[in-house]
Amino acid sequence: MADLSTDLGFLRLRNPVLTASGTFGYGTEFLPFLDLAAVGGIVVKGLYFGPREGNPPPRLVETASGLINAIGLQGVGVERFAADVLPELRRRDTAVIVNVCGSGDEEYYRVIEFLDGHEGIAAYELNISCPNVKRNGACPAMDPRATREIVAGAKRRSRRPVIAKLSPNVTDIASIARAAEDGGADGISLINTLLAMAVDLDTRKPKLGNVLGGLSGPAIKPVALRMTYQAARAVKIPVIGMGGICTGRDALEFMLVGARAVQVGTANFVDPASAARIVREIGDYCDARGLARAADIVGTLKTGL
Amino acid sequence: MRREPAARIIGKRSWGDFHLLRLESPDLAAGASPGRFLMIRTSDGFDPLLRRPLSLHDAGDVWIELFFRVAGRGTALLAKKKEGETLDCLGPLGRGFRMDGFGAGRTAWLIGGGRGVAPLYYLARTLISRGAGVRVFYGGKTSAEIPLREKFESAGIPLDCATDDGSFGFAGFVTALLERALEGGRPDGLFACGPDAMMKRTGRMALGLGLPAQLSLEAVMGCGFGACWGCVHRIKKDDGGQWRKICEDGPVFGADEILWEEA
Repeated sequence: MADLSTDLGFLRLRNPVLTASGTFGYGTEFLPFLDLAAVGGIVVKGLYFGPREGNPPPRLVETASGLINAIGLQGVGVERFAADVLPELRRRDTAVIVNVCGSGDEEYYRVIEFLDGHEGIAAYELNISCPNVKRNGACPAMDPRATREIVAGAKRRSRRPVIAKLSPNVTDIASIARAAEDGGADGISLINTLLAMAVDLDTRKPKLGNVLGGLSGPAIKPVALRMTYQAARAVKIPVIGMGGICTGRDALEFMLVGARAVQVGTANFVDPASAARIVREIGDYCDARGLARAADIVGTLKTGL
Repeated sequence: MRREPAARIIGKRSWGDFHLLRLESPDLAAGASPGRFLMIRTSDGFDPLLRRPLSLHDAGDVWIELFFRVAGRGTALLAKKKEGETLDCLGPLGRGFRMDGFGAGRTAWLIGGGRGVAPLYYLARTLISRGAGVRVFYGGKTSAEIPLREKFESAGIPLDCATDDGSFGFAGFVTALLERALEGGRPDGLFACGPDAMMKRTGRMALGLGLPAQLSLEAVMGCGFGACWGCVHRIKKDDGGQWRKICEDGPVFGADEILWEEA
């Protein structure tokens, strides 16, 4: 059996497969279907400091091999997460990464400072795609300077590793990736969802309550793969790739273009045990090809360029 | 709740766009109760991507039944499945109808519209087996949209039908038929599943008369088990409301806790 262990430098994982924030609830929803110890780790749903309402429905639209969502990061906030969810997750043998949100820079820092006081968290993943009221409503992820500032601010305060989760809705992903590295990020993860919309021709209404949403699922895999490749070439810190991964082969393709680990997202909805199946499929592929270590495939794409 | 990757189709009936499938699965049957639902894959690939939520139409020791109407690509693919083929199902999921208190000497009126009648057959059978008196009000646009009327009748379940075009039974909405029936008598509770407009009207009538009513809501669902937060409805909380998940906190809610959008 091939060695699937994954070293992110700041974090060692049993295998390279994590679950993506926003598609895995707080983790506990999946306990009837999946042994959390079978995956490398889980990234829980984005947390603002307080509870959050989210957007009016409809919140979901299915598209060709994809899903547009406009949930609006409805959630319970850090206090209830720490009181109700973390103790349950601590009993499971898995790395817990918390996705951190903020409507302004300070809120990210408050979330981190609060969670730093609780055990059972391996790292933070900064969701810098949230509209930022202190920055005229712009998402920090769309601007290199804002990305660097927020990452640096989070790193100064956090006692834990910080991963910056990048948005694909930018002109030059390499410059954003470098900005996160300059700000001191321990790693980057990408891609978040692609801005999208769907409309009903007959009623002439948008299909989402929020009008705009984010596209995920197999439909976005080629875009995600391209951006993971570009980001991995731009930085030295570990890159975690995601976007439409549904199979072990999908995961290995992201590793081939430079991702040291991957996240499984929308596939969790279709098959709640997807992440564990993908781990098995990675192992099977390595065994069939005589690869001793899955990590050996990282960044070995032969481009001829 | 669990995943049953290969529940075998052991029976099928079709009436135009409406279809009934019987699946063999002791595991799915074990978790069944009226109002709960399954999430079903309609393709082996990624298009359509999401599972489709379908409520349990009936259940026995080792089987469950589903009743649905073709509404899009997913249900169209499901309608093509034949006896002997298998379906990948997740469930049973959600909180179903609360039947406590509905035993001998109590009466329940069940109101269903179109495909929304699906869970009411199972509910009617279960309530009757508990000794409760049951009367079903079943409506559709035309006689072709109330295909289960013979099934209810052959099971001996008292049935009143309504069609918008008057082609069968009462001419008008099923809620108008219900309203007329409520002038002549009162049940101990109402149970409804159907289009939002029907449920909103039923809920209003129940609240006006002080009758307890349970409504089973429908929504597009991403996962069906509480992880995606995609299928919310406005539910009362304190003086306002909050978005609650239909899949996990429902799909059945009390008429007194549901807040409707003002159209």
